[in-house]
Amino acid sequence: MQPNHKLNYLLQLGDNALILGQRLSEWCGHGPVLEQDIAITNMALDLLGQARNWLDFAAQTEGKNRTEDDIAFLRNEWEYRNVLLVEYPNKDWAFTIVRQFLFDAFNYYLHKELTESKDEQIAAIAAKSLKEITYHLRFSSEWVIRLGDGTDISHEKMQTALNELWRYKGELFKLSPSDKAMISEEIGADLNKIKSLYDQKLKVIFEEATLTIPDGNWSQSGGKIGKHSEHMGHILSELQFMQRAFPAMEW
Amino acid sequence: MIEKLEQQFQAKIDAEVKIEPKDWMPEKYRKTLIRQISQHAHSEVVGMLPEGNWITRAPSLRRKIALVAKVQDEAGHGLYLYSAAETLGAERDDLLDQLHTGKAKYSSIFNYPATTWADMGAIGWLVDGAAIMNQVMLTRASYGPYARAMVRICKEESFHQRQGYEILLTLCRGTEIQKQMAQDSLNRWWWPSLMMFGPNDAESTHSAQSMAWKIKRKSNDELRQAFVDATVPQAKILGITIPDPDLKWNEERGHYDFGEIDWAEFWNVVKGNGPCNRQRIEDRKKAYEKGAWVRDAAVAYAEKREQRKAASKAKVA
Ligand SMILES: [Fe+2]
Ligand SMILES: [Fe+2]
Repeated sequence: MQPNHKLNYLLQLGDNALILGQRLSEWCGHGPVLEQDIAITNMALDLLGQARNWLDFAAQTEGKNRTEDDIAFLRNEWEYRNVLLVEYPNKDWAFTIVRQFLFDAFNYYLHKELTESKDEQIAAIAAKSLKEITYHLRFSSEWVIRLGDGTDISHEKMQTALNELWRYKGELFKLSPSDKAMISEEIGADLNKIKSLYDQKLKVIFEEATLTIPDGNWSQSGGKIGKHSEHMGHILSELQFMQRAFPAMEW
Repeated sequence: MIEKLEQQFQAKIDAEVKIEPKDWMPEKYRKTLIRQISQHAHSEVVGMLPEGNWITRAPSLRRKIALVAKVQDEAGHGLYLYSAAETLGAERDDLLDQLHTGKAKYSSIFNYPATTWADMGAIGWLVDGAAIMNQVMLTRASYGPYARAMVRICKEESFHQRQGYEILLTLCRGTEIQKQMAQDSLNRWWWPSLMMFGPNDAESTHSAQSMAWKIKRKSNDELRQAFVDATVPQAKILGITIPDPDLKWNEERGHYDFGEIDWAEFWNVVKGNGPCNRQRIEDRKKAYEKGAWVRDAAVAYAEKREQRKAASKAKVA
């Protein structure tokens, strides 16, 4: 059977938003200060809203009469297509911010490209999301700078987080079979095209933050083709709990 | 002199003129308000925890988003209220310190655990519902910034209440197990919700002065009765049973009669012996302590930026 590349492509987009939204929502009520609790929760809300749009479209594309919730809550782990970076635990504010920045910078250029997609629905969802993602990127860039160039302690925490998360960044640009298929149909975004913009953005922000870009270009990968980290099962055990424990009910 | 000021102050209050931050006010009025507003702010923030506990497990994307937004609203309420307390000369850090050391109280209702999804319904319906009774009254409080914060907050609270009720309505129209979940939740939240209005009027220590100052306009028992009267018919529509054998309509009074609150439990939870008191304070302290380096860094960075700006200005000049 031919894989449904468009479906898988939509799942890549939707699952990134869903899993990162789920992660960020863990902060709600536990932020370092009330104002930032609200800000990070806002981003969680944006991402979960984006996940709904992508997964609803994925359900239509699949054509099996499933809903956005069936797609979000009732797949097996190997059917989720988010990158490993977004399933990485929150750990502390430094890890959360570095993870967010590494992702937002990618997501921003990705969505910019997607607004030109030949698929009108994808272009429309991307355009709608882009406004929010533009704000996310501004927020996470500012916090990378503020904490990188803040105190010695904050600098060290940020550098540690960056060193640790650096090996998850490469997967963002690693072409999955669905990426390749969608790029060739001019539906998907050409990741090679945005790679240099991304690298440039990182260089500028990390420089201003006085953080050192780590050596080494080896990257962990697998999420986009359904091979996840051990963290993923725990995320799903919470995400899917109600739907698994009480199947086929209205909530 | 002071006496005259006090007379003028009370005259203003009696004439329903709002007291504003720069106006003269008796020291006791200021202190009482700081205590009341900060307790209220703490309640909003601690109140994020029981519902926050269900965010990652919400059963649908729509419900998850609504719950996150609801808990975030409570954070916003906390923020307005801390700001209102600051207009009286209080510092947010001091107020938080009082929360963390147990010196300041917050609404005891949040010392009960949220154990099932149905609790997201019951909390919205009953807890936000009880809070509204109190807060609608406070929109007319004599202190301007407090009253104005309440107007904003009340709009959101009534939305929360409807949202919570709708969660329960969905359960009650669902499967047998969903109905059981809803009933179990009502069983656990009913009495603690009635306790939210505080001790009986005869036992209430702060009430008389607060009434005169119009930072309280209805008594605990009046508010509790209004809550029961409003809630009983709503439970009937849901088709679940309020766990009080003494609950019945009193034609003569035109109100529902209801059973006696377990005051021993009430006072124990107030004193720190509720199921979650320790956990809630620990969670808040942990968030605060873990955030210390972030707050420090933000301050340090802001200072550096100011210095750099000044330095580059000096160069230009
Ligand atoms: Fe509130
Ligand atoms: Fe509320």
